[in-house]
Parts: sequence; C-alpha cells; structure tokens
Amino acid sequence: MDAADSTHPQEWPKPLKAETRALSFSYGNRLALKNLSLPIAEYQITALIGPSGCGKSTFLRCFNRMHDLYAGNRYEGEILLYPDQRNILAREVDPIEVRMRIAMVFQKPNPFPKSIYDNVAYGLRVRGTSERQLLDEKVEQALRSAALWEEVKDRLTARATSLSGGQQQRLCIARALATDPELLLLDEPTSALDPIATASIEELLLDLKSRVTILIVTHNMQQAARVSDWTAFMYLGELVEFGLTKQLFTTPSKKQTEDYITGRFG
Amino acid sequence: MNTSSMAEQEAMHISKPNAIEEAAARRRTRQQRERVIEGGLFLAALTSVATTVLIIAVLLSESIGFFKTVPLRDFFTDTLWTPLFANPHYGILPLLAGTLVTSAVGLLVAIPLGTVAAIYLSEFSSSRVREIIKPALELLGAVPTVVYGYFALLVVTPALQRLWPDLPGFNMLGPGIVIGIMIMPFVISLSEDAMRAVPMVLREGSYAMGATRLQTAWRVVVPAATSGLVAAYVLGISRAVGETMVVAIAAGQNPNLTWNPLEPAATITAYIVQVALGDLPHGSIGYQSIFAAGLVLAVMTFAFNILGHVLRKRFREVY
Amino acid sequence: MSTPSLSHSTPSIARRKIAEALFKIVGLGSLTIAVGTLALLFGALLYQGASQIDWQFLMSFPSRHAAEAGILPAWVGSTLIMLVTAVVGIPLGVAAAIYLEEYARKTWMTELIEVTVTNLAGVPSIIYGLLALGLFVYILGLGESILVAGLTLALLILPVVIVTTREAIRAIPVEIREAAYGLGATKWQTVSHHVLPYSAAGILTGIILALSRAIGETAPIVTIGALTFIAFLPPAPFTTQPPYISFDWLLSPFTIMPIQMFGWVSRPGEDFAGNAAAAGVLLVGMTLTMNGLAIYLRYRMRKQVSW
Repeated sequence: MDAADSTHPQEWPKPLKAETRALSFSYGNRLALKNLSLPIAEYQITALIGPSGCGKSTFLRCFNRMHDLYAGNRYEGEILLYPDQRNILAREVDPIEVRMRIAMVFQKPNPFPKSIYDNVAYGLRVRGTSERQLLDEKVEQALRSAALWEEVKDRLTARATSLSGGQQQRLCIARALATDPELLLLDEPTSALDPIATASIEELLLDLKSRVTILIVTHNMQQAARVSDWTAFMYLGELVEFGLTKQLFTTPSKKQTEDYITGRFG
Repeated sequence: MNTSSMAEQEAMHISKPNAIEEAAARRRTRQQRERVIEGGLFLAALTSVATTVLIIAVLLSESIGFFKTVPLRDFFTDTLWTPLFANPHYGILPLLAGTLVTSAVGLLVAIPLGTVAAIYLSEFSSSRVREIIKPALELLGAVPTVVYGYFALLVVTPALQRLWPDLPGFNMLGPGIVIGIMIMPFVISLSEDAMRAVPMVLREGSYAMGATRLQTAWRVVVPAATSGLVAAYVLGISRAVGETMVVAIAAGQNPNLTWNPLEPAATITAYIVQVALGDLPHGSIGYQSIFAAGLVLAVMTFAFNILGHVLRKRFREVY
Repeated sequence: MSTPSLSHSTPSIARRKIAEALFKIVGLGSLTIAVGTLALLFGALLYQGASQIDWQFLMSFPSRHAAEAGILPAWVGSTLIMLVTAVVGIPLGVAAAIYLEEYARKTWMTELIEVTVTNLAGVPSIIYGLLALGLFVYILGLGESILVAGLTLALLILPVVIVTTREAIRAIPVEIREAAYGLGATKWQTVSHHVLPYSAAGILTGIILALSRAIGETAPIVTIGALTFIAFLPPAPFTTQPPYISFDWLLSPFTIMPIQMFGWVSRPGEDFAGNAAAAGVLLVGMTLTMNGLAIYLRYRMRKQVSW
C-alpha cells in the first residue's frame, strides 16, 4: 500500500472497517478530491483535519453517497467496506443500502420537526419496523448510548426542536445509533455548539468507539488530538499525511502538516 | 444635522454676498419637492386601504337596506331563495349550499392531485422538468375563467354524461371538477414553495438514515411544510368559493337547496351574475339582495385569506 | 459483531423502491392532468372555433344569425378598457410599490397598507364588480361605461402590480442606493435615476401579467351591467371640429371579449357554441401570448442579472 509507505509504514491500522483506494471526486468540472487512499480502523476514531475548503467534508460525504443527491457529481476509485470488502461506490450498489449501514451526523443539529421519540425511531421505521415494543426498546437504548436518556425520558413526545443545541446534536447521534450502524460519520458535529456541549459530545464519542467505528471531520485540532486514535491531514483535496494521532501531532513527517498544526496557516 | 452649518458648507463654494441664503433657499425647494413626491407616493399606497374601506362600506350600506326588509333570522334559516318571484323568499342557504358543493368538488380534485403533483415537482423531478412545468402552470392560471366555463359546459359535462346518462346538462359536478383543475396550478405552486422552504439539511438527515426519496418526502418534508401546505389549501378554498364564471355558465342558475353534486344549483356568485344580467332598478330589494349575498361571500373569503396568510407567515418564520 | 452483507436488507429496499416507482407514476399523472388540461382545453376550442375566425368575424357586429355574428365591438371595447386600466392602474400601483419599498417606515399605517394589499389580492373579482356598481355606477353616476369598467379593472390589478413591482425593486442591491446617496443624490433622485430604470424589466413583466389578467376578467364587468349584445362602436376619440379630440367614448356603453364569449356560451344551440369557441381561441391566444412574453422577459432577466 503506497499511501502507507509515504507516511508511517509501521503504524498501519488493523483490523480495518473501511478503506478508500485512489478515491477522486468531482463536482461538474471541479476536481474536489484527488486520489485519496486512506484506511479506517475498526472500533477506533479517525479524525479528518485540514483548512476550510480542503475537501474533508466532501470526503466524508462520499462514505454514505450523499453526493448522489445532487446532479453532476462523479466518484472515481473505491471505498471498500469490511468485512465483505465491497466497493460501496460501485454503480450497482444502492446508496440506500450504504446509508443503512453507515450513519451520519451533520454539522448543524438537524432534528426533524417531530417528537424526540419519532426522531430516534425514524431510521427503524423507514426500514419497516413498526412493532411498538421493539421501537421503545431501541429508542431507549439509543438515547442511553447518546447520554440523553436521563434528560428526555419524561418528555419523549416533546418536539425535538425544543431541545437545546447540544441536546439536539446528541439526539441526532442517538437517531444515527438507533439502527446499529457499522460506521458513524460526523461532520464537524460540535462546530455549532458551546464549549460545555462540545465537551459532552467528545466524551460521548470516546464511550461509543467500543461499539462503532467513527470517522469525524473537525475544524478544531485540539478536538482531533483529544478524541481520535488516527488522524488524516488533508490539503487542497489531497491527503497530505496519515498516522497515529499522537505521532502526527508530535512528529509530523510533512512540512505542510507541521505548518498547519502549529497554526502557521489555516 | 445642524441646518445652518450645512448651508454654510454649500455656500463656501459660492462667493456671492448672499450665497448662504441662496443655498438655503435651494435646499428648501429641494426638500419641499422631496416631501411633495413622498406625499404623492403615500397617497397612491393609500389606494389599497381606500379600496378595502370602500368595498366594506358599499357592501354594508346596501346590505343594511336589504336587512331592513329581510330579518336576519329568515336570511339564515329560510330554505328558499326567490327574491325575484312574486312571493319572495330570502334564505341564503340554497346559494351557500351551491357554493359549498361546487367548492368541495373542486377541492377534492385540487388538493390530492395538487399535493401529489407538488411533492413530485419539489422532491422528484429534475430541475429541467421543473423549469418547463412551472411556467406552464402559470400559463394555466392565466386562462380567462369564462373559457373554463365553456370547457365545463361543453366539454366536461358531456363527457360526464357518458358515465351518468341521467346527469342534467347543468349540474354542480362538472363545474366543480373544472374549478378543481383551475385552482390546481395555484395549489401546486404554493405547496411547492412551502416544501422547497424546508431546509436541505433535514432531507440530508433523512437520506443519511437510509430513507428513500418517497419516505423523505412523506415523513420529513411534508410534515415540516404542514402549515405552508394548509395555507395553500385555505387560499385555494378562498379561490374556489369566489369563482364566478364557471358556475354561472355551467351549474345552472336555479337556487336549489341540495348537497347532491349531480343536481343543478346556483352559487352566491352565479346569483350575482344572474341579477346583474337582468335590469333591476337601483334601490329595489332585488338589487340590494346581490350586495347581501356579496357580503356573505366577502366575509367567507376574507376569513379564509386571513387564515391562509397567518399560516403562511408561520411557516416562513420556522425556517 | 456480525456484519450483514450489503444484500441482506434488499427485500425491504425492493419494497420501498416499488412504492417509490408507483408514487412517481401518480405524481407524473397528476402533473399531466394539470398541464394536459391546457392542451385539451385549447384543442377543444380550436376544434370548434378555429374555422369561424376570419376577417368577417373580426369586423362584424353581433347578430341573431350565428354565421354573421362578429366581435368588432368586443375587441374595440376590450382595447379601450385596457387603455383606461393601464393609464390608471399602472402609475398607481408602481407609485404605491415605490412608497412601500423605498419610503415607508415601520408604522401601523404601513402595516395596514401591507395587510390590505395582501387581502385585496385574494378578494374574488366579483366583489370588485359590486364595489363598482354601488360606487362608480350609482353614487358617482358614471353609468355602465368604459370609464367605470376601466377603473374597476385598475383597482383589481392594483395588488398584482404592487406585489410584482416590489419584487423587482427589492432585487436592486442596497449598495446601488448607497452609491447614489454617497454622491449626494436625494431619495427621489436615487429612485428615479437608479432604482426604477434598473428594475424596469421586472416591473414591465408584472404589468404585462396584470393586464393579461384584466383582459380576461368577466365577472366584475358583468356585475356593473355590461351588455352582451352591442351593435355599435363607442364614439371616436378624434373629431373633425376643434378641439379635435373627444373623451365621449369614456362614457359610452360597451362590451368586451370575455362577455361576448359568455353571451354566446349562454345561448342554446350548436351554432353559437362555435362563435363562443372562436372568441375563446382569440381570448386564450391573447392571454397566453401576454403571459408567454412576461415569462420570457423574466427568464431573460434572470440570465442577465449581473449583481
């Protein structure tokens, strides 16, 4: 694997949950991602960092084929999902199947204008589950996993939009967890939150990684350093460096990485 | 700002002895002109208030004459409306029933079809299809209503008579359906606006959960756009209730207290047209009766319009 | 953790996809009903009426005999009424829009004006007819004349002109206004030198849409007592004696295209249905041309916007 050779060959993660191979992506004529090869370690947190516009969110959204919603987008290369090793970007793979296995939490909390309960049960319902007992169980489990149960258990029928920003984001995490995803994508999940809410989300992510593989985009380098096991630094649509978070932040092997983490640009 | 200092500044460039006064005078005429213009524009804007007030005043003043002869109780309980007969009755119910039945038929056509079409347009169609369909809908809304009346009487009713050979040539079903088709573009356009106002992040949230387009549309977009959709329906109702030419041409003009759309009947609007076509002397009870009927119509549509706009405002505020 | 293969959940997806395909058919069907109606309507009119339209039809007065009847007084009446409507309605509407967009402060008066404009846009047109009948025809004593019809339609299109003009004005960026003020222009100079010229195309679009609505209106004009059978033309606006110009036509009785069509539709018998269809073809042709022009203008404008 050539990407490994150029970074930290001895630190290649194992086992893998997913892997991108020579992934390129373009909007119309604009090439937004160039030839990215990156491993995603199972039950670990991988962080994507880089200056605004470097393509980290675009990269994340390839994993659940969000770009399929808009016309004129083109993927090249592969994203292999383990253990079955199927390329989820393949034409014959239905994006809906992909999204049923890979969940996503967005930059701004986006609860549906429904009750708290209905938000969490949404994913199960769209999959055809209507058995009340099963839904109740899964909803409670997901809310507990998202550390929200104690706060909302008495008002599950309240509108989700009545929650605070931090609670809304944890609700969105619960909503994503309710369907037992294999991979959880988070797109700058704390950028719209205050420091206290941010801390509680970070704590939550550390708890969750024993159960689900996490890929997180963050604008905040301290956050990457605090929560992730692996970090990838992207710049101008390219992967500059990938490695163990500890190593990347202490002894970056590339000049660009060093400049970015020391605050010289970005 | 201090006026004298401004005048002095202007005067600095002019080296005549009374320059300050001249500049001040120029400024005064300029300010006066600006004020006159603003006043004129304001008066133009007041036209809308004046029109509203005049509508209410005319309807009320003629109706008061009417209600001096006809007790309010009779107006609302009598089941006959025969103001032009030798033995006149003035019960609004037959006209109200005709109005409600034709509007209900119209809404049964326009609301389901319009909503589905709007969902399709907003959530499924490509932007190119949308760019063709939306102007086409707009054109459809511009066709004069008298043409729709022709359509109801000479195309739709004959077609319906093949299904129900007993259907009379004048009936409420045909014009009701045509009213539905007429207000459909309006309902589609407003509903589509409401759904497009739902932020994209909500749709993405749903797709990210593995939902299909239909599930996203039905379980997330439609509930989020509810107040906007209801506003579209309410404004559609207001249009259906006020529609005149289609019913005047194709529903028959006999006030007939019935809830059966297969029968002929008159609506409030059709009655006004019928009387206006005749030659009733100004001030007669028949003349006044169209204002009383118009008052009922105006109150109904005012109420629907206000409700519709309150709802529309609400969905705008949510996002 | 056991990982389902990608194909594990396919049956549920397949079912959902079928539902989606069905919905697409229903959705497309509904749209077809909405848009297809236009084609059907115009087709039916053309089929019944196209053969009637000729020079004789355009230049004849109505007649008891369907074959000899024409629409001369109707189109002359429609033209003259549109003239009055445009002369009264457009300046009033544009001025009101300028006031509301550029001058109005947030007071209860402005609020009241806004509410009445929105409300008037939704008032059934026949109510305007009642207003005109009570106020213009009887209280002001103007009779069942071209002037009254023109004024009625001017009030009717006022909300449309106001709303579309405001949209056009609002599209002009505030920086343009600031640039004008920065050079010492007064408010009216800013409006008349910059805001109005730059939004002219948008305002024109709104005016065309409003007039196309007015030209097809029937109910309010029937209400003020227009006749369906008129066998003469209004007096000419020009005379041979000084002052060579005459406004007598303003107070003349009249008929208009939609009312002529209404008159024919209401008559029993096949013959007049053909005349009605012919009038309908012309009426629909006219409104669609005007609307098409407006839509085209708007489309051109969107492509050219440079800010």
